[in-house]
Amino acid sequence: MKEYFRDIFQSIWTVLLGMKITWKHLFTRACTMQYPDQRWVLPERSRMRLFNKIEDCIGCGQCVRACPVDCIYMTTEKRTKDEAPVFASDGTPIKLRVTQFDIDMSLCCYCNLCTYPCPTHCLVMTPEYEFAVYSKQDFLYRFAKDKPVAPPKPAHHTPVPEPAK
Amino acid sequence: MEALLKLLSDNVAGYGSLASPLQYLLPMVLASLCCIALVALFPIVAVYAERKVAAHMQDRLGPMRVGGWHGWAQTIADGIKLLLKEDIIPSEADRVLFKLAPLVVFAGGFASLVVLPFGASVIVSDLNIGVLYVVAISSLGVVGIIMAGWASNNKYALFGGMRAAAQIVSYEIPAVMAILTVVIPVGSLSTQEIVRAQEGGWLGIGNWFIFKPVTAVAFLVYYLASLAEVNRTPFDIPEAESELVAGYHTEYSGMRFAFFMLAEYVNMFVVSAIGATLFLGGWNSPVFGGPVAFMLKSVALVFVQFWLRWTLPRLRVDQLMYVSWKVLLPASFVLVILAGALAVR
Repeated sequence: MKEYFRDIFQSIWTVLLGMKITWKHLFTRACTMQYPDQRWVLPERSRMRLFNKIEDCIGCGQCVRACPVDCIYMTTEKRTKDEAPVFASDGTPIKLRVTQFDIDMSLCCYCNLCTYPCPTHCLVMTPEYEFAVYSKQDFLYRFAKDKPVAPPKPAHHTPVPEPAK
Repeated sequence: MEALLKLLSDNVAGYGSLASPLQYLLPMVLASLCCIALVALFPIVAVYAERKVAAHMQDRLGPMRVGGWHGWAQTIADGIKLLLKEDIIPSEADRVLFKLAPLVVFAGGFASLVVLPFGASVIVSDLNIGVLYVVAISSLGVVGIIMAGWASNNKYALFGGMRAAAQIVSYEIPAVMAILTVVIPVGSLSTQEIVRAQEGGWLGIGNWFIFKPVTAVAFLVYYLASLAEVNRTPFDIPEAESELVAGYHTEYSGMRFAFFMLAEYVNMFVVSAIGATLFLGGWNSPVFGGPVAFMLKSVALVFVQFWLRWTLPRLRVDQLMYVSWKVLLPASFVLVILAGALAVR
């Protein structure tokens, strides 16, 4: 009998306690972020979309080797002696012509391992994170600007997914 | 309605020369239009309010997009969506009962509005058995719920319907007993008489039944039982989504589903309004009386329903029955005996 009344009292009391907690939360600031209107300001060195400043790329291929998921595709050819010498912005001579520098961001695992070995610091991760696209093919970012002069050597050629039509 | 009739015959020239049935019909139509407006508008506001209250109790924002300012048009958009949805009746369902059920559930809540005393003269009909009428007519909803559960030809719907029936029938007894503790001292079943009995007193609120010893506990009993009668959390096992999909309205979609929702919110308002009438002094108020005070009290009780919903988890079926038969029922019997003893004294 004592237990019965104690249970009733306890249930009413605990309900009131619970209501006190929810009442407090009613006036707590909501933690929701209204996404398209408000956005996170990401830190400068966030690991989001990759960017390659192709003018500084010397085509060394260290990023290709570092990539754990093999999402960087690179084809280079040797610049001939009679071409005018070109230099990266830090003065490194560019001896290879980068004819293909493709990054498939749909495969990228955002580990950032490719940017550390880059000798000219031209491959970086940017804080840009809103790059959803309608077609998976559009995730293939093509950075190379130079067209191949010599016919490509099959041994150095890496298979590339078909570009979007 | 009598007041409306008087208003019309006093202010509209030649109203008395109308045919006598027409004279009575017009106030009836006007009063029922007011009720329909309330029934149609209250859920729109209440659903939005509930979503906002729920969201803020969980530190969220709730609907923020539709209509611009804080998503005020969200419920209207939802209503339009439900109107435009395909009307599906399962092929094995009992078509007649399936179509009838939402209307029966809705009618139960809607008809209760007749005796709600919004103000001293703002009442559709001051029946001398008003409280009994509400208790009787609101039980109609159970019939509709079982009808929906059975007609859907779906095991979850049937389980939901059965649970709802068991629950509402059990909780009706403590609710009615709690109402009796108010009826005994007043000596009348008319809602207006009960409200008038609560006039005056200390600060204008001293005669409210919630401030008197026996009826204060009765209010608690009534409120808990009314929560169960309208299938609100923590007593919402008839539509326990984690076990029964959606309970008795599993198979319903579109406007028929909307009618169930409408009925649920109207019922929430009705039980709160009855609670306000019986225990919180109805339209009496120390500051301003009338419909505003009545609506404020009812809405405050509806808010407490929201509040409890987002505080408490759902009870188990046996716990639900325990609360009704072993706690509320004995308590309400004791209260009735005490109220009777006080009235005789």
